[in-house]
Amino acid sequence: MTDKPADENPIIKKLRAWDGKMIAVTSEFRGELSLVLPPEQLARAAQCLRAAPGLQFDFLSDISAVDRFPIEPRFEVNYHLLSIPLRQTVRLRVWLPGQDPVVSTVVPVWPTANWHEREIFDLFGIRFDGHPDLHRILMPDDWEGYPLRKDYPVEGFRT
Amino acid sequence: MGVLDQRFEKNFMISSVDYVFNWARKSAIWPLTFGLACCAIEMIASTTARFDIARFGAEVFRPSPRQADLMIVAGTVTLKMGPVLKRVWEQMADPKWCISMGACSSVGGPFNAYSVLQGVDRIVPVDVYVVGCPPRPEGLFYALLKLQDKIEQMSLAKRPTEVRLQPEMVEQFKRGVMVAQTPSPR
Ligand code: SF4
Repeated sequence: MTDKPADENPIIKKLRAWDGKMIAVTSEFRGELSLVLPPEQLARAAQCLRAAPGLQFDFLSDISAVDRFPIEPRFEVNYHLLSIPLRQTVRLRVWLPGQDPVVSTVVPVWPTANWHEREIFDLFGIRFDGHPDLHRILMPDDWEGYPLRKDYPVEGFRT
Repeated sequence: MGVLDQRFEKNFMISSVDYVFNWARKSAIWPLTFGLACCAIEMIASTTARFDIARFGAEVFRPSPRQADLMIVAGTVTLKMGPVLKRVWEQMADPKWCISMGACSSVGGPFNAYSVLQGVDRIVPVDVYVVGCPPRPEGLFYALLKLQDKIEQMSLAKRPTEVRLQPEMVEQFKRGVMVAQTPSPR
């Protein structure tokens, strides 16, 4: 069973009606809807998803990152959204290059993204443009490198 | 100083003071509450009625390093925790001892990872190591009794961390002490 395109999904139709060029790829797998967005569209799309009637994704459950080293684009950032009034979920996905990965922050839309984004910055080195307080959250402040990247040795760089 | 140098240990008065001091120190070791991971659960279990660390005079767990003289490092020491641990150790007043409880704090345990300190003896002097993942409370008691043996050998002229276990102490221990045995629960 593989992902199939989900152009008929009502959520997709609403987003396409709002801005036709916004979504790059859609897919549905076992009832889970995923959208791939161009990184520069993320901030606008987040506002629409949060506020537009019929979407109302008011709860950001999680942000996660994937390192697909050595494939390019290397990084994938996933946003898992939940709409509490409408009981629907959607996953947003942006692809970022290995060289200087930057994506705009969603903290103004969902404040809970603050620590999630800091964690991804800490462990993957993906920067979130416009984040109010982007510094390490788990590793010591003077740590060098991003430990969850695939080219980082599991034992770290030990002397 | 020149007159007393090297003569302390030969003096009868001093050795009896040693005896009294060591007896007092080893009979009421106050451990520091320093649980870091799953081993801490076994450390907590050893204070409960079932195992009862109070039998060895070490039941008064203190939340403040100023009031404690034994640091039981029970669990995984991450690199971020390392400086904190070192600082807590330095806040403790002399004489002080350290038990490294479990595989993690002794050698890093299963976590051969970028974030974990590979052995707490890299930052503080450890007196007794306990093997196990996690060690049973009996293991901790064994270490506590070993530490008491060690404290017995201290003198005012020797600082505690200079005292090391001697080989014959193991044999003496086997003869003299029965480690607490608990029948397995039904
Ligand atoms: S030695 Fe085992 S039980 Fe103890 S802290 Fe490490 S993993 Fe947990």
